[in-house]
Amino acid sequence: MVKNIKGTILKISGPLVVAKGMSGASMYDVVRVGEIGLVGEVIELKGDTASIQVYEETSGLLPGEPVIGTGAPLSVELGPGLIEQFFDGVQRPLNLIEKEAKSPFISRGIDVPALDRKKKWKFEPRLEKGANVSGGDILGTVQETVLVEHRIMVPPNVKGTLKEIKSGEFTVEETIALIEDGDVEVEVRMMQRWPVRAPRPVSRRLPPNVPLTTGQRVIDTFFPMTRGGAACVPGPFGSGKTVIQHQLAKWADAEIVVYVGCGERGNEMTDVLLEFPELEDPRSGHPLMKRTVLIANTSNMPVAAREASIYTGITMAEYYRDMGYSVALMADSTSRWAEALREISGRLEEMPGEEGYPAYLGTRLASFYERAGRAICLGNDEREGSVSAIGAVSPPGGDLSEPVSQNTLRVTKVFWGLDANLAYQRHFPAIDWLQSYSLYTENLNEYWDNIYDGEWSVTRIRAMGILEEEDRLREIVRLVGIDALSKEERMILETAKSIREDFLHQNAFHEVDTYASMDKQTKMLRTIMVLHDLCMDALKRGAMLNDILRLDVREKIARMRYLSEDDLESIDALETEMKQQVTKLLPEGSIGDVA
Amino acid sequence: MLPREYRTISDLFGPLIVVEKVEGVRYDELVEIELADGEKRRGRVLEISTERALVQIFEGTSGIDVASTKVRFTGKVLRLPVSKDILGRIFNGRGDPIDGGTSIIPEKMLDINGYPINPYSRDYPSEFIQTGISTIDGMNPMVRGQKLPIFSGSGMPHNRIAAQVARQATVLGGKEDFAVVFAAMGITFEEASFFMEDFRKTGAIERTVMFVNLADDPAIERITTPRLALTCAEYLAFEHDYQVLVILTDLTNYCEALREISAARKEVPGRRGYPGYLYTDLATMYERAGRLKGKKGSITQFPILTMPEDDKTHPIPDLTGYITEGQIILSRTLHRKGIYPPVDVLPSLSRLKDKGIGEGKTREDHADLMNQLFAAYARGKEAKELATILGEGALTEEDKAFAGFSDEFEDSYVRQGEYENRSIEETLEKGWDLLKGIPLSELKRVRDAYIEKYLKPRMSEKEAAEKAKTPQ
Repeated sequence: MVKNIKGTILKISGPLVVAKGMSGASMYDVVRVGEIGLVGEVIELKGDTASIQVYEETSGLLPGEPVIGTGAPLSVELGPGLIEQFFDGVQRPLNLIEKEAKSPFISRGIDVPALDRKKKWKFEPRLEKGANVSGGDILGTVQETVLVEHRIMVPPNVKGTLKEIKSGEFTVEETIALIEDGDVEVEVRMMQRWPVRAPRPVSRRLPPNVPLTTGQRVIDTFFPMTRGGAACVPGPFGSGKTVIQHQLAKWADAEIVVYVGCGERGNEMTDVLLEFPELEDPRSGHPLMKRTVLIANTSNMPVAAREASIYTGITMAEYYRDMGYSVALMADSTSRWAEALREISGRLEEMPGEEGYPAYLGTRLASFYERAGRAICLGNDEREGSVSAIGAVSPPGGDLSEPVSQNTLRVTKVFWGLDANLAYQRHFPAIDWLQSYSLYTENLNEYWDNIYDGEWSVTRIRAMGILEEEDRLREIVRLVGIDALSKEERMILETAKSIREDFLHQNAFHEVDTYASMDKQTKMLRTIMVLHDLCMDALKRGAMLNDILRLDVREKIARMRYLSEDDLESIDALETEMKQQVTKLLPEGSIGDVA
Repeated sequence: MLPREYRTISDLFGPLIVVEKVEGVRYDELVEIELADGEKRRGRVLEISTERALVQIFEGTSGIDVASTKVRFTGKVLRLPVSKDILGRIFNGRGDPIDGGTSIIPEKMLDINGYPINPYSRDYPSEFIQTGISTIDGMNPMVRGQKLPIFSGSGMPHNRIAAQVARQATVLGGKEDFAVVFAAMGITFEEASFFMEDFRKTGAIERTVMFVNLADDPAIERITTPRLALTCAEYLAFEHDYQVLVILTDLTNYCEALREISAARKEVPGRRGYPGYLYTDLATMYERAGRLKGKKGSITQFPILTMPEDDKTHPIPDLTGYITEGQIILSRTLHRKGIYPPVDVLPSLSRLKDKGIGEGKTREDHADLMNQLFAAYARGKEAKELATILGEGALTEEDKAFAGFSDEFEDSYVRQGEYENRSIEETLEKGWDLLKGIPLSELKRVRDAYIEKYLKPRMSEKEAAEKAKTPQ
């Protein structure tokens, strides 16, 4: 249905334009504003006047210029060609913008298609003529990159009999199949459109009890994430939010990664863009870029497009989930998105809620995170897919009592709280182990305990106990000095220090340390805890604390993290060495080894 | 289009006027106002509806009346005339020359708002800039195309540091055209003339462009000043291949001017009365730093802001920190101890350091050494805190070693002369010298190979053997 809507500009105020004569327009319809055709979206309707948020800079616009309605809500194009691409907040490829603008600066009114219209993809059908199909069924596949097989699906709302299906090379706009439903015939192309503000449907949702490993020790072992989970990373500036997001985008064992740079620094996005094609995925050996979609709406790009960018990102993530992939979405930072919301709300002269944010901030955030999840996708093969969402939050002054953090904490199940003091000590990732939590640990105990013989849950709980004990003991030391502690308590402090420095601390810029497999993590933590037990036993049997602190093997524990993944036996070997060394410390006349 | 003149001012409030019954006025266009006595002022359209235009007057509204003031809409957005002759010139905050010279014969007229840089077209900043200041070069290295602000407080020597950086900044092994663009927003005459004198003394004035809005100049003009400077910087960097260092001072005054306009427009305020779009507004300035693919030039920003009450969580430093690539924080405690430059190393940060240091850029051991110094200094400060509560006696041997390290670090590494230009080699060597005092087993952030290569030669064999045995 094409509606012919043509209004005129009444008022311009920053990114907000008011137009009259807009009857027939619907909420969230996309419109073209002014002679140069700036892209905008209707966000308020009063009679025939519409308030429009414009995704480009509005300077130079004149009241009386035309506003043309497109009759469609803000949508993204979905099809082969998304992976490895670098989009802005409203899905315009930034490389094409550069070509079109003939300049390294983004000028206005540039209209470029999200998917390449000329490129031919090799489509291999999976179904045959005459098959009964419904929404989500896989018609055939396209090899999008070495890592990603793009599955062409029947659009969600279509069903019927397959009248024709082609094979060969096609562009995204060419018809590849015909589906007949009674009298209606639907042409299916490789490209679909989907409105960004509407979640894509699934068959049914599943509980999140499969881990999403990240290669980051503090996360995987202590505050794990699941496929289909929702996590938030709040922290003041300089505490390493972006590095954590980059690390997760690099090492998370998702099949597809969608990275949304929302109102952040331009140089950071350039970093990702230059680095990802070089970095190798530890599992496949191919460049990480071959599974990544990037969206960048940097802080100086128009604020309304920033608001749209996280929806653009999650819609693409859902599309790959529908194919049966595990997708991870990083949004850095949701606070900037909330500020965009606040800015537009202010211009609409809405009654503000807390700190000037609109009253609907909480619902908007919740409905965004709720689009994450593990699910059985539409389609007859009951395939499973997931979208895991990880949002960075930038609370002003690092104070978590502000509205964005609070509303985010209400809906996310994992909280990685970053601490400025840890960052000052260059303890990275600066995730505060006492504050952070993951509500998925219970779900994952069974999964990991099956693999590691019931050891995983026990070891991590004991290690966390030591860290908590350390906090209490340090308080005592601070008040009355180290001499007030017994030697067992001193030992606990030493082990806690070892957990902190040799396990939790991880150097993202060290070639080996940047990623630790679950095997390596488990072995490392076990070794630290075994040494603790041996030493405690030795202390009880009369060994001297100072001798224990001087053990050579402690040096080796500190260097465990630099051992490559092929050399994990050396960690196992440490156990015998520890036993020998600690046994030697027992006072003369002791019987038997330490245990 | 003919310029359109109106005498239909209906409201005057704060720095804003409302003009009625206007026609064909564009959003953001430049406005000229003529007062009854012939005085001319300029302004900018902030909001426009079919019949009313809201105009912000740069020079303020005092003396404007409703009846006789004429308002002329020029149909153009504010533009800066530029040519290579702009180097060595001094302008006021609106871009008019104030050094007695003629106005610039424009090679180009540039829109002062600029356009956002396409992130795809950026090149990642990775060339180390040697500033000759150890706390910056060694601990928070700056690279070309970075935006690295100084967070200072009133009464601290931020201007001297900025001048020292402008004086000493070089790229290792490079010999390229270097220019300084300086924007002063609401600083005192004394501060401005300090910079002018310093640039003159060192001959740097020849390759400097200054935009000066003093404390007694109209506050609203300050919104434009940094944008003029950055437009000029973009012109020099991306059309004439200059390596441009932009010094903006003082951003706090800029933000206050922004708040004044926002309040006059009766907008819903964000934190502490600052407008909700402060982040976006600051970003449109800070993000104009960078390097571009295929261009030789670069823009490095060195903004200065004074934190009200030294409070880092105040909206101005807070939002700045979220946009800029790190921050150099000055410490009042160090300043009181008489240490110059009083850089508070621990909370300071340079986010782009990792790609700018290491083999081929500075030296292979730079990253490890830097992390070790950070960790050791943090540990030392903690130990000293403990000692103030419990007395020296409560410290373990190693804590004492760290406490000693932190004193020495402040005294010989942080402290340096205002005209002392330390090479990166000297800075790194100084770092290793300091690490001598710490037990080897505590040096966990440094690779063994570097300990062998850089630390061991500094110790006699006996010393080294003893160190290795020292209990932790």
